[in-house]
Amino acid sequence: MGRTLAEKVWDAHVVRTADNEPDLLYVDLHLIHEVTSPQAFDGLRAAGRVVRRPDLTIATEDHNVPTTDGPIDDPVSRQQIEALRKNCAEFGVRLHPMGDANQGIVHVIGPQLGLTQPGMTVVCGDSHTSTHGAFGALAFGIGTSEVEHVLATQTLPLQRPKTMAVEVVGELPAGVTAKDLILGVITRIGTGGGQGHVIEYRGDAIRALSMEGRMTICNMSIEAGARAGMVAPDETTFAFLEGRAHAPTGDDWDAAVAHWRSLVTDDDAVFDRVVTIDASELSPWVTWGTNPGQGAALSSEVPDPQSFTDPSERVAAERALAYMALAPGTRLRDVAVDTVFVGSCTNGRIEDLRVVADVLRGRRVADSVQMLVVPGSVAVAEQAEREGLHEVFTAAGAQWRRAGCSMCLAMNADKLRPGERSASTSNRNFEGRQGPGGRTHLVSPAVAAATAVTGRLTAPADL
Amino acid sequence: MEKFTVVTGRAVPLRRSNVDTDQIIPAEYLKRITRTGFADGLFAAWRKDPSFVLNDHRYDGATVLLAGPDFGTGSSREHAVWALQDHGFRAVIAPRFGDIFRGNSTKAGLLPVVLPEEVVTSLQDLAEADPATEVTVDLQARQVRAGVVVAEFVIDDYTRWRLLEGLDDIGLTLRHADDITSFESARATWLPTTA
Repeated sequence: MGRTLAEKVWDAHVVRTADNEPDLLYVDLHLIHEVTSPQAFDGLRAAGRVVRRPDLTIATEDHNVPTTDGPIDDPVSRQQIEALRKNCAEFGVRLHPMGDANQGIVHVIGPQLGLTQPGMTVVCGDSHTSTHGAFGALAFGIGTSEVEHVLATQTLPLQRPKTMAVEVVGELPAGVTAKDLILGVITRIGTGGGQGHVIEYRGDAIRALSMEGRMTICNMSIEAGARAGMVAPDETTFAFLEGRAHAPTGDDWDAAVAHWRSLVTDDDAVFDRVVTIDASELSPWVTWGTNPGQGAALSSEVPDPQSFTDPSERVAAERALAYMALAPGTRLRDVAVDTVFVGSCTNGRIEDLRVVADVLRGRRVADSVQMLVVPGSVAVAEQAEREGLHEVFTAAGAQWRRAGCSMCLAMNADKLRPGERSASTSNRNFEGRQGPGGRTHLVSPAVAAATAVTGRLTAPADL
Repeated sequence: MEKFTVVTGRAVPLRRSNVDTDQIIPAEYLKRITRTGFADGLFAAWRKDPSFVLNDHRYDGATVLLAGPDFGTGSSREHAVWALQDHGFRAVIAPRFGDIFRGNSTKAGLLPVVLPEEVVTSLQDLAEADPATEVTVDLQARQVRAGVVVAEFVIDDYTRWRLLEGLDDIGLTLRHADDITSFESARATWLPTTA
């Protein structure tokens, strides 16, 4: 029987297998940031261990960094950054600190440097590591104990996951983006729908996406419960990688591409679960609740909790609407927001900023709205500035900020105040995620930009 | 890691689904660089509500959390596990868990127990009717017992053995250092390095 893409990548990384034991899986690339690594380095020190492969490890500063000029005001944030710098120096790990040309959100810089390649295993102490699956890598988030384990051994003991295909047939209608697609998928299968599985996104609508779009999709696999999401590599993938700093060159490039072409699911392979989505039925999508599965078409209304047959979903919807201060039946287009956030590892790449600039060009951000545009990395910021996008943002009245995770999780100074409502291109609408008491609607970059103009949830086609 | 064999104690009924790790411990508490001392961050936002179940002193000293479906979804922060442990929890019983949270729990010695939703609901009913109800989580027997409820749970042999013995994962893997070295010698030469 044939194998799926995920099974091929898994099999190629098994260091050791034994009955009644997890497989020992080799890790090709370990990404590090300041939040989930300090306790892991402490563990190494306490046990007198070293980092086995510093040459397969790279660190950046992203979660705590300010997006305005100047140093970190919060002493606790500063201490965490300083701990990362000290640990990287002591253990010989390459670090891209604040101010460095390659600093940025960990999941933006890996692909940007060409370090994320098809068929690799990639891990990071961050659940959005699934982003890297867009290249046909098996990439997943890990906890701090596992970070320490990878630092010490370059491996992880793991149970083989189940496989799931999300087949997206047909074409996305005009104005419907990768973000709408993944939000629609999560609404359909739920936040637990992918638990225990690696998702492979397949079908014409996926093949038609850019690498940026595929990264947006794979990024939010974890919001569907799957630790990893993948897209088989193709010409789009190879074109993105060629010429990047860490991509192979010359004969190595040819050898690599030959291998990468084999990284497809065999025709006779069987997935444990298959979900089919018709792309042509999708439209701009927004969340109304406090988990990413609580979403609906922007053209629809806030649902009535009584319409949910599952009792725990009904109770969750009631709680969510109370937190979000929304009444059932309210048209989503009538929901007014205070803040629009563009950025994050989901939608902080150059293509996202271009979409936002296209909507904002010649328009103004509504007086009632503050809009933050936070590039995913310094390189994204520089590219945007070369294209003059920052001038479009500032001319419209948006704030052009420095690279980092920012208001996606509000570990730096960028936060919603209690009761404030945002339209956000990030990945989580959990209670308080963007600041205690803050209310988040997840949207695409296009919807974020149009919403900034009207002050209410809006698609560009409505302008 | 502390060994886990049998734990008996009071149980807190948390009747909510989709409790994400941002609720278990908000990001603000993740700036700390220690591995202990996270109890004050546990459910920090919800604990501001006096009627939140963790503020009910009848459940003081509880060692078991009875949670709803999809507990521990979202962020990979192991701090969520540490905060539960620092508060005194040794086991969480739920119908479904987020994958990363579940993995983190077994690495840190917190036992995640999956039971059918109706069984978890019965346990929550018991703990609510009488907060002094004791729930026993028996890893040796793969069984949960409370009053008339006796439920078997599934856990793979390897994870069970590791928890029963309180073994350090890294130490176990390093017994296979030769296998790792041999794997490394066969890796494709064009694979990237960060050097």
